[in-house]
Amino acid sequence: MRLRVNPIACAAHGLCAELFPEWIQLDEWGYPIVDDEPIPPHLQVHARRAVAQCPTLALVAEKA
Amino acid sequence: MTTPARAPSATQTLRLLCGFAKTRQPASWSEHLAEHGPLPSGRRRRGGDPRLLELVDKSGLTGRGGAGFPTGRKLRTVAGSGRAAVVVANGMEGEPAAQKDALLLAVAPHLVLDGIELAARAVDANHAYVAVHRGSPASAVLRAAVAVRPEPPMPVTIAELPAHYVASEESALVHWLNGGAAKPTFVPPRPFERGVGGRATLVNNVETLAHLALIARHGSEWFRQVGDVGEPGTMLVTICGAVRHPGVVEVATGTAVGEVLRLAGGASAALQAVLVGGYFGTWMDAELALSLPLTQAGLRAVGGALGAGILIALPDSACGIAETAHVLGYLAGQSANQCGPCVNGLPAIAGALTDLARGSWSPARRGDLDRWLGLVPGRGACRHPDGAVRLAVSALQVFAADVHRHEASRPCAGALVPPALPVGAPVSGSWR
Ligand code: SF4
Ligand code: SF4
Repeated sequence: MRLRVNPIACAAHGLCAELFPEWIQLDEWGYPIVDDEPIPPHLQVHARRAVAQCPTLALVAEKA
Repeated sequence: MTTPARAPSATQTLRLLCGFAKTRQPASWSEHLAEHGPLPSGRRRRGGDPRLLELVDKSGLTGRGGAGFPTGRKLRTVAGSGRAAVVVANGMEGEPAAQKDALLLAVAPHLVLDGIELAARAVDANHAYVAVHRGSPASAVLRAAVAVRPEPPMPVTIAELPAHYVASEESALVHWLNGGAAKPTFVPPRPFERGVGGRATLVNNVETLAHLALIARHGSEWFRQVGDVGEPGTMLVTICGAVRHPGVVEVATGTAVGEVLRLAGGASAALQAVLVGGYFGTWMDAELALSLPLTQAGLRAVGGALGAGILIALPDSACGIAETAHVLGYLAGQSANQCGPCVNGLPAIAGALTDLARGSWSPARRGDLDRWLGLVPGRGACRHPDGAVRLAVSALQVFAADVHRHEASRPCAGALVPPALPVGAPVSGSWR
């Protein structure tokens, strides 16, 4: 599993970085910088929570 | 730019332009037939035309719109979708410096329309569009050309889009044709997967399609007789800046940059650098640039990019930093205003470069600039910010000596004159 941001939909709420700081940081404008490495199994629960909580559905989980 | 196309010379290889570039008038239907002969006959069939697909594969044709992707592979992906597809010929040419597609459409509209019909046959499309800027001369020429041609096997619609820079991006074209704004969309799905009306959509540059029209007539062997082995054929190149006869030439792929400048009358002043590939390309030191071959592979090997075949010659008297700051400011203003890193990052980078050009600088400012240049690429929905950053990064490398001087708060004389690189008039208003 990998995470990607749809930058058109993202409204810089920053919630994702709070929920999954191991993988997501915010840039100086408040937009997420997402590590594009595959997410190890023990962290995937955090990734899924961040995806589910994004208010604009901008954070997407992709297979592989 | 208002300079007319240069008269063909002995060392151009004129396949697409033939003699027509001299007059700048569209080749009429009868002139077109007299020059090229009739289009090989064929019809639409389910799953596309295997003979045509094979011919394009063998020809080695690559896209002439910027990415240089093998055309045959692109056609096959769309042909294999299992449903009737859609073809979009991209004649939008967003770059202010670019003129080659405008010239091609002005003089050889039937060649482009032939290519569209063939591509539609190859991928089994039941509708084709030619996308051009609203109100451009090309739309009138194309309409007139469509009116005198025999009925094509599928409707060909001239689509006139707003002339925003990023409207020429393929997902933006598709979004507009689907009734939306001419702005890039988040991909995937890419147009070849789900495009116009949800169907597999082939988006090809108009020059690529014109080559297809010749390949179908003369064969893949003929096509490969000219140009680079890996990226064969001829290509249209737009040359502007400090050359005697700016304009468009048609040359064999792999021709050296210096030779192309010579075809444009040669440099009109001592050159310090050449912007190879236009505003999505890179600055190259003049001495290095002159010997480089115009191929995707050859330019990539030195960190460059062919882009849509644009060369801009920068004279010694100009300031590369000020010119780049000017272009970055233009590109920042041309974003589709959709993605945070692009909308915030490009103006920040443009502002820093402008300060650098003026000599109002501090080490902290350099830190900001370098951070932004690392922060922005790859984070927009389209490649607009990536191209702008690539241009800025190459400027800092190629004009490193000037950067040092400017950092010491001593801008050069060139920074005080009005910039020479063309930027389009800002397009305001509707994205529909
Ligand atoms: S939570 Fe969603 S909208 Fe907010 S920054 Fe993250 S991706 Fe963007
Ligand atoms: S990256 Fe920039 S130009 Fe591309 S869609 Fe996003 S805002 Fe528009």
